Amino acid sequence: MSITRDEVAHLARLSRLALTDDELDRFAGQLDVIIGAVARVQEVAAAGIPPTTHAVPFSNVYREDVLVPCLDAGTVLAQAPAAEQGRFRVPRILAED
Amino acid sequence: MASGSELTSLTAAEMASAVAAGEISAVELTGAHLDRIARTDLHVRAFLHVAADGALAAAKAVDERRAAGEPLGPLAGVPLALKDVFTTIDMPTTCGSKILAGWQPPFDATITTRLREAGVVILGKTNMDEFAMGSSTENSAFGPSHNPWDLARVPGGSSGGSAAAVAAYQAPLGIGTDTGGSIRQPAAVCGLVGVKPTYGGSSRYGLVAFASSLDTPGPLARTVLDAALLHETMSGHDPCDSTSLDAPVPPVVAAAKHADVAGLRVGVVTELAGDGYASGVLSRFNEAVELLESLGAKVTEVSCPHFSYGLPAYYLIAPSEASSNLARFDAMRYGLRVGDDMRASAEDVMSLTRAAGFGAEVKRRIMLGTYALSSGYYDAYYGKAQQVRTLIARDFSAAFEQADVLVSPTTPTTAFRLGERADDPMAMYLADLCTIPGNLAGNAAMSVPCGLAPEDGLPVGLQIMAPVLADDRLYRVGAAVEGALDQRRGHRILDEANGIERVGDASAEAGR
Repeated sequence: MSITRDEVAHLARLSRLALTDDELDRFAGQLDVIIGAVARVQEVAAAGIPPTTHAVPFSNVYREDVLVPCLDAGTVLAQAPAAEQGRFRVPRILAED
Repeated sequence: MASGSELTSLTAAEMASAVAAGEISAVELTGAHLDRIARTDLHVRAFLHVAADGALAAAKAVDERRAAGEPLGPLAGVPLALKDVFTTIDMPTTCGSKILAGWQPPFDATITTRLREAGVVILGKTNMDEFAMGSSTENSAFGPSHNPWDLARVPGGSSGGSAAAVAAYQAPLGIGTDTGGSIRQPAAVCGLVGVKPTYGGSSRYGLVAFASSLDTPGPLARTVLDAALLHETMSGHDPCDSTSLDAPVPPVVAAAKHADVAGLRVGVVTELAGDGYASGVLSRFNEAVELLESLGAKVTEVSCPHFSYGLPAYYLIAPSEASSNLARFDAMRYGLRVGDDMRASAEDVMSLTRAAGFGAEVKRRIMLGTYALSSGYYDAYYGKAQQVRTLIARDFSAAFEQADVLVSPTTPTTAFRLGERADDPMAMYLADLCTIPGNLAGNAAMSVPCGLAPEDGLPVGLQIMAPVLADDRLYRVGAAVEGALDQRRGHRILDEANGIERVGDASAEAGR
């Protein structure tokens, strides 16, 4: 099993990471080694073995539906990268064309 | 009045009783630790943020409560170093990442709240591998911490800052988080006691998530009893964390005081030894097993055949969860934003910000997780890893039929040199070889010092593993080992850490 530089570039796009060419070169080699090592899980005979998603099994956890105060807008916006008129200011979300 | 170094070398239990008895004030005790940090942290670099004013104010409040005759908790007035992954309303929370540099959270983590309510004095926030991904603190965006035993070596990680602070006597107590060994491995290489409680035994509310099904907060301390006191103070059910166990905290303090292993069945895990383990680690581990036998424990060998697949399974499961958890760092509501020139799209800003804000290891793991969860690869990687997780949990169940606790070395080697593994991710991952199975199964585990490796004079950790919610057994065994070794030596293993003396000398030189 191996991973190509193009596949790593695709993963970077999916991961929303604008990597440089140097980073792509370096990560392609490193991820190839790591994926080769973790692929060992495929050696295990696991037919019929159920997956474990969580260390300690839980069913739904319920609580009383009680109103509790939430943070005020000023407190929340105090840590925002940009705010305007009491709201988060974000970059445009639609493409120009 | 005791001198500063006399105060900082007390145990947490001794500090708390001295404060409660009015022999020392919490303000005096806090001041002594702040002085120690000021003198030594240039060399150790354990802290990312020291909250001197806040700590002194918290200490003053404890002194006032005492003066007013109010009852004090068992750790009231005792200083603590908090890993910078827990939110704190009055201190920055960075997770060792540029993407959160300077972020001041609008709420306290449950652990933070419990510490404050118990009168524990939070001295500041400690360094860590970025988002808790690493075994050396070298992945911190703010530079590595140094091991007080030898400043050229790593203090372990990811909770390396908290471990270095406790080993350097900057604080008697530290809090870390353990996802694959991040409390136990730094404890082992710094000569400390470190505990990963049962998963769900300590709250994750306000703990910035790395791998939610594995992350577990826990104590670091210089003695088993101190770790137990902190364990009891920080643990217990939290309605704000839906995976928190609604069960009583196991009686860990009583167990630490009991310290008797007569008749206890101790299982040595066959698979956690052999190639790749340093000879000094194995010899100290074997001696610890003989010691337990001499104290009346019944030692047997147990086989856990799937443990050797723990490391590969972990490096699929943890990155998969991380790739999802770290999607929240999108440059929109908090943290860093890069490239927002009013024309760039939100998606471009997101990608530029994440590329600039995350370090190499975080990027690797996000991409690895994205790969493992991709359609076409999911069954072969993530799905298979989750089946391995079941098999490891079954290995534990079978082993705990034969033994009350399991033991192994905590980590295959002693502290490695800074830079030695920094460019080799797989070599770094091996540090967690023995600790990962416990995270995958969610059971409780401790590292307790069991001597120094003859080849380098550095500390070795004995790992003790107990079933889910049998955390008290760790303390019983840990305290027995600690007591016997202290008695044999006439002092604590940590007293031999001469890196600390060199730090003191260097500071004295600088001060002249």
